[in-house]
Amino acid sequence: MNTTSTTDSHATEHGLSTAGYVRIALILAAITGLEVSTYYVDFGRLFLPALLIMMAIKFVMVVSYFMHLKFDNKVFSWLFYTGLVLAVGVYCAALATFKFFG
Amino acid sequence: MWFTLDNLATAHETHEGAAHSSTGLSNVKLGMWLFLGTECLLFGGLISTYMLYRGRVGTGPRPSQVFDIPFTSVSSFVLLMSSLTMVLAVSAAHKRDDRSTNLWLVITALLGATFVGGQVYEFTAFYNEGMGFSTSLFSSSFFVLTGFHGVHVTVGIIMLLALRGMLKNNKVPGSRAETVEMIGLYWHFVDIVWIIIFTLIYLIPA
Amino acid sequence: MAIIERPVSVETQSIAVVAPATPSSAMGALKRPVVTKGWREWVFTVDHKKLGIMYMVTAMFFFLVGGLEAVLIRLQLALPNGKILNADLYNQMFTMHATTMVFLFVMPMAAGFANYFIPLQIGARDVAFPRINAFGFWALLFGGLFINLSWFLGGAADGGWFMYAPNSGPIFSPSHGVDFWALGLQIAGIASLTGAINLIVTVLNMRAPGMKLMRMPIFTWMILVVQFLLAFAVPVITVALFLLSFQRNFGATFFDVSAGADPLLWQHLFWIFGHPEVYILILPSFGIISEVLPVFSRKPLFGYPFVVFSGAAIGFVGWGVWAHHMFASGLGPVSVAVFSISTMAIAVPTGVKIVNWTLTLWGGKLWFTTAMKFAIGLIVLFTVGGLSGVTHSVAPSDTQQTDTYYIVAHFHYVLFGGAVLGLFSGFYYWWPKMFGKMLNEKLGTWNFWFMVIGMNLTFGPMHILGLQGQPRRMYQWTENRAGEGFFNFGFWNLVATIGSLVLVVGVFLFLVNIFITARSGKVAPLDPWGARSLEWMTSNPPKEHNFDSIPTVHHLDEFFHRKYAEDSNGQMQQIATAEEVLKQLEDNADAHIHMPSPSYWPIVIAFGLPVTALGVIYSIPVAIFGGLIILMGAFGWALEPSTAPDTDFDPPSAGDTSKDVVHVG
Repeated sequence: MNTTSTTDSHATEHGLSTAGYVRIALILAAITGLEVSTYYVDFGRLFLPALLIMMAIKFVMVVSYFMHLKFDNKVFSWLFYTGLVLAVGVYCAALATFKFFG
Repeated sequence: MWFTLDNLATAHETHEGAAHSSTGLSNVKLGMWLFLGTECLLFGGLISTYMLYRGRVGTGPRPSQVFDIPFTSVSSFVLLMSSLTMVLAVSAAHKRDDRSTNLWLVITALLGATFVGGQVYEFTAFYNEGMGFSTSLFSSSFFVLTGFHGVHVTVGIIMLLALRGMLKNNKVPGSRAETVEMIGLYWHFVDIVWIIIFTLIYLIPA
Repeated sequence: MAIIERPVSVETQSIAVVAPATPSSAMGALKRPVVTKGWREWVFTVDHKKLGIMYMVTAMFFFLVGGLEAVLIRLQLALPNGKILNADLYNQMFTMHATTMVFLFVMPMAAGFANYFIPLQIGARDVAFPRINAFGFWALLFGGLFINLSWFLGGAADGGWFMYAPNSGPIFSPSHGVDFWALGLQIAGIASLTGAINLIVTVLNMRAPGMKLMRMPIFTWMILVVQFLLAFAVPVITVALFLLSFQRNFGATFFDVSAGADPLLWQHLFWIFGHPEVYILILPSFGIISEVLPVFSRKPLFGYPFVVFSGAAIGFVGWGVWAHHMFASGLGPVSVAVFSISTMAIAVPTGVKIVNWTLTLWGGKLWFTTAMKFAIGLIVLFTVGGLSGVTHSVAPSDTQQTDTYYIVAHFHYVLFGGAVLGLFSGFYYWWPKMFGKMLNEKLGTWNFWFMVIGMNLTFGPMHILGLQGQPRRMYQWTENRAGEGFFNFGFWNLVATIGSLVLVVGVFLFLVNIFITARSGKVAPLDPWGARSLEWMTSNPPKEHNFDSIPTVHHLDEFFHRKYAEDSNGQMQQIATAEEVLKQLEDNADAHIHMPSPSYWPIVIAFGLPVTALGVIYSIPVAIFGGLIILMGAFGWALEPSTAPDTDFDPPSAGDTSKDVVHVG
């Protein structure tokens, strides 16, 4: 079982090395810090897009690396992302009828 | 894409728990990912309800008046780190390192409990500031959404500790590593729901 | 799943269960059932076939309950100024009629067929998670009983089956009826969700060797699509029901307009579930007739890939049309236009199926058994309902039609003419496989015609009544509203009521058929219809382990191709009888067959659900008690292996070979 890795993409069947996971966690922590900074720093018009993009990146990173979806069979991705896309789709459509995105 | 599924039957050697299935994949793992897909619809509904109602505060306090961003940021960080410890538990389980598995499982549960403790403290503070469950549409939607999430975290903690006990007493049917991995998937999902909640509810001002 | 041999003594034709064995204990208190007989054989079973029958019996019971509710409605509306039901009782009656028919009849009946036949059709011995399967059934039963408890505890739900807010709130629906409805549906919803995950994993993972996805029977495909619809739709109504329950029981104001709420939130959440729900109701019946029509046309299904893809397309597009139930709710012209177009689009894949079924019949050597009659009945009557559906998709037209009996006509044509006729086709087709006997064909013909004539007499006039302005959910109509001439309320309401009584006779004839068939000693042949799919490669009824040896599949319609092959002239010649095909499986029987063991925990946990629900309505300590039952049950379940280990069985006493592990067959 490998214990050292030079890149995060190096993954055995059973996942990244410990160092790899810690690296991901540090990235996530940094992004979280950046997100929280929007509370204190004025991002102007970039505020909402920046926040949503950071949220999405964290989401995908946890799913892909911690939940190992990136290295697993595509069937799992299909099952999960179908639910996610469907949820985002129908709920955004419903909110749109309430003129939420006005 | 579906037609290529059958080619995959030979693509994977028997991964733990796969046990001669048509796809070569484990029943439980398929079931868990599907379940998590369905949970997106559940939390999506609760989040949408909140987004619709978050500005409707009636005579009660507004979000910006009660939210304590620094406190919740720390809470979020704790939950995020619990995802790291969870994945370390799974890693240890695959390496058959029982001591580390148990250690990381317990630490994950403790971090989760810290998060829940933080939620309880936060909700109590809100209540004392005049934001009860039925105060306004904003408050009801907030408490239902974060309450559902909190219940999911609590169920996760129970499962982590139960798993710890079952591993110790050798009571886990089937593959031990896979069971840890499945509970890990659930735990990470609960974390990513919070990633969404923290951003949409706390960081975007109403 | 880890499995061990179960000691059985074997004769060549059937498996006999031996003397009881001492089970291990769970948590020191309850001993796990290992070998069961009598009522325990049913209550603790995890066998998909038994569960399938239990689902069907439950569904049939609720069909009769819902039918009674319908007859009472029709009696009330037969004449002007009806006095049979007062307004309050009338509201409860139409609410419960619809709720019962949708959630407690059609869905569980389809679940029954799915549970029984999916493993058989794909060549498996059970589903992926047998205990979860059992839990799902008990949750459905207890949920259904829970909803109906309300009749005896202050009145049933009265807000219509789609329970619009704010009418559903505590001010306008003060009795506990809506609470029983909401919580009961949550419980039943858990059954649907767990069943969906179970069947999806089963179909993906447990197919026999060679059973590629595009070799699966259409019934299996349609059920697979339905399970995906259920998996993703049930959580949406779960949210809606929670919000409603929190409003009614804990003071939230989610749908209270005076607090600033928007009642349309309920409508969206309900119909995002509700529209996929109607495809959940119809696709199983589409699947059933896709089996029946080829068999009784003596031809393969026309356009198999098109039937598969159109089913998937319906499932997919069905998510984008829900607001067509809300055209008159004030959505605004943009939303209305978008949903109007998407609704028109969904007629296309449905039309594809109608074409394929018709072309299956075309040129076939038709055999008009009762199952075939019901299948053809579906094609005709569902099309009628589909056509009125197309008229609803035209939003300006729907503005007149909505909330009138024209809509009632539409959905009864698609649901009764479609879903119900399909289920009855399934009964007549699969009865010999499930019970070893064939339903009487002569009585079946009477059953069919009474139901078809009855349903047309009942629901046909409703097109007229609706366009003439009779609103839904109106407990009484009066002479001065009745209108004159050919299109008057009076005549057509009376016709509809008489039609409903004709329907009752039809259903009664079906029950008589079941009764006399049960009493009859006549055993069905192995393959009475000349069927095509794998479930017929078993005994009647199938052995507990389904197949003595799992067949390897080389074709679509594998069973057909084992009986018939093309000769040098390209003609189909019979190469084997059904009995010979089955014998081949039996001769190669697996030496050791592993089956999952019965369990207490599914029914225990399921029982905790209505206890919790009662507590939410009446007393929080009771709810906590219910929660504890569920928690304890969950621990018991987790600690119990899915199949009883060796040590659960007593060692054989000296000379007693009855408990030895033996060869099967």
